[in-house]
Amino acid sequence: MKTKLITSPALAAVLALSGGAAWAQDLTILSDSSPDTVATLQALGDAYSEMNPDVSFSIETRPGGGEGDNVVKTRLATGEMADIFQYNSGSLLQNLRPSRTLAPMTDLPAMDNLLEGFKTAVSGPEGEIYGVPIEAAMGGGIFYHIPTYEELGLEVPLTWDQFMENNRIIAEQTDKAPIIQTYRETWTSQLLVLADYFNVQVDNPDFAQNYTAGEAKYAETPEALRSFGRLQEAAESGYFNEDFGAASYADGLAMLASGEGVHYPMLTFAIGALSQDHPEELSDIGFFAQPGDDPEQNGLTVWMPSALYVPADTDNLEVAKDFMNFVATPEGCRIIFETVGASGPAVVEGCELPDDVPPSVSDMQKYFDEEGRTAPALEYVSPVKGPSLEQITVAVGSGINTAEEGASLYDQDAAKQARQLGLEGW
Amino acid sequence: MRRKTPYPYWFVAPAAIIFTVLFTIPTVTSLYFALTRWDLFSQTFIGFDNFVQFFREPGLTRGLINTVIFAGLTSGLKTVLGLLLAVLLTAGIFAQGFLRAVVFFPVLVSTIGVGLTFTELMHPTDGAINMGLSFFGIDGPGWLTNPDLALISVALVDVWRGVGLATLIYIAGLASISPEYYEAARMDGATRLQQYWRVTVPLVRPATTTVILLSLIGGMRLFDLIWAMTRGGPGFSSDVLASVIYKQYQAGFYGLSTAGNVILFILIGVLVMPLVYWLNRREVDL
Repeated sequence: MKTKLITSPALAAVLALSGGAAWAQDLTILSDSSPDTVATLQALGDAYSEMNPDVSFSIETRPGGGEGDNVVKTRLATGEMADIFQYNSGSLLQNLRPSRTLAPMTDLPAMDNLLEGFKTAVSGPEGEIYGVPIEAAMGGGIFYHIPTYEELGLEVPLTWDQFMENNRIIAEQTDKAPIIQTYRETWTSQLLVLADYFNVQVDNPDFAQNYTAGEAKYAETPEALRSFGRLQEAAESGYFNEDFGAASYADGLAMLASGEGVHYPMLTFAIGALSQDHPEELSDIGFFAQPGDDPEQNGLTVWMPSALYVPADTDNLEVAKDFMNFVATPEGCRIIFETVGASGPAVVEGCELPDDVPPSVSDMQKYFDEEGRTAPALEYVSPVKGPSLEQITVAVGSGINTAEEGASLYDQDAAKQARQLGLEGW
Repeated sequence: MRRKTPYPYWFVAPAAIIFTVLFTIPTVTSLYFALTRWDLFSQTFIGFDNFVQFFREPGLTRGLINTVIFAGLTSGLKTVLGLLLAVLLTAGIFAQGFLRAVVFFPVLVSTIGVGLTFTELMHPTDGAINMGLSFFGIDGPGWLTNPDLALISVALVDVWRGVGLATLIYIAGLASISPEYYEAARMDGATRLQQYWRVTVPLVRPATTTVILLSLIGGMRLFDLIWAMTRGGPGFSSDVLASVIYKQYQAGFYGLSTAGNVILFILIGVLVMPLVYWLNRREVDL
């Protein structure tokens, strides 16, 4: 600890002075295979190489999802990781055992630019910060088809009951599907449960803490069980698109863009895919937070961006840290927005959204502009997230299990994860 | 008494080393890791907790039951349909060689390809199967989205894909039955049906043994078709042991997924070894 206090300001000074020092080095970056992520990393690397002509970058890709998790874990465990890699923040990061496998970035000068909520999501249990963001923050909520709302004279709902009332009107007066669900890609089924977390923490502010400690359970906490209950209620209402069990994520976006479906519970990163596949209809699509019981307490559940990390055993630690520092500056953030567009507010201070954003982004921005109308999703405030949630939410959404059964299955799943992480109290 | 090997030790050493490094060591270490909570970075010895977990968690026990149902169903159908097709295709009918090739063809196609194709065909509203049914006024079910039907739908596709191999084995088995038995049966006035039950079925028993064992073991360890078609869904309703093991591995429960593999190994052993013993004894009885 002593030595760290001495080295970190020294290192910061070295980094600051050596802006264009002669490092003839090639840095490898491991990225997920999404075109947006690769383009972002390419642009950041190019900009950095321009300032430091001796540093070049090679980007390699890995699959996303669970398969990608395994690639990252295996390569970290065997010491084969690239110099820098891109990965989720929050509970998934905790599974990498960051304090053992990653190089701390706490002393980077640009760390002061980052929002606290993001820093928490990329910190290890002992408080060191490990990552810098490479996307905007995202919201989890409900996309809606604006022309249908205007046609039927509907208003953006502030409570769950108003939301279900809107669904009823849509079902009665049109042949559109009020709620789009797409269980071909099971991860899309989790949104109604996960995006309800703002409402959980409004009514039960200590839930995350007690949940991590193993004292609060989904099945036994009424505010948390209610999230599963809303999925069950939506499923039983018959408001889903007819082929919800077989439709894919891309089908869901197409239904939303054409107005065949009116509500799509989803993360706002879908704005990227919408602007690529349905650019004409982007101005028809709005966004609101998943409503709860109290119209006065309406707010958005926020997902933190994925981040870049440096493995502890890299040979190029100095130059990798300098690059990480660059990514965390407002300039790095601007490069990201210029490359893939803005799908939400940045977590880097001093990096503003461009003026011409689609309505869904400005709808989301409203929640960030007001105090107390956003809360991070549970996976950013607790390291415990069960890996089978997506199968369980498909089961509840398909009417195989009730909300109570689903919640208690999820509690067992989360317990497995907590024991794997070695947490106390499970 | 054991016959002495004609080979010197240095001659078998390369094979022995490969066998030890690639088979013996991983098998033994997997038995150890099945008893640990393992995250690749460190492991904690937890005794039989992983096995207890496997038999307590509903999603996992469901996988165990589904594996037995799936293996039994596909193995049974492949045996029955395989023999019937083999009898048809050795009866000297029109374009026999071509039809044999047609029956065998699905065996050659990639399983993932078969899975993705049938996923589209079985789509509840836009799939060819339900569109065909609706032409006759039948409202087709959600083949892969109905939790009661998903496992059976995948099993039927597996039968379509694998029956060609069973047929091929049966054709070889039928060819080895001497025509004199049929001649003798006809002299005794046996009908075609009697000939089938009294001559064909008992005498192709070696082929039957092979088909049952191959399809049972194949059915128990099947993964690719399930993964391509349902990924074990909807929910957990078509999960089998292999897909459960893979999901535990994906989620980073390396100890638990190793324990699942040990259970699969034991399950195959427990079901197949007595079956081999029983089938072989019946062969001797004849």
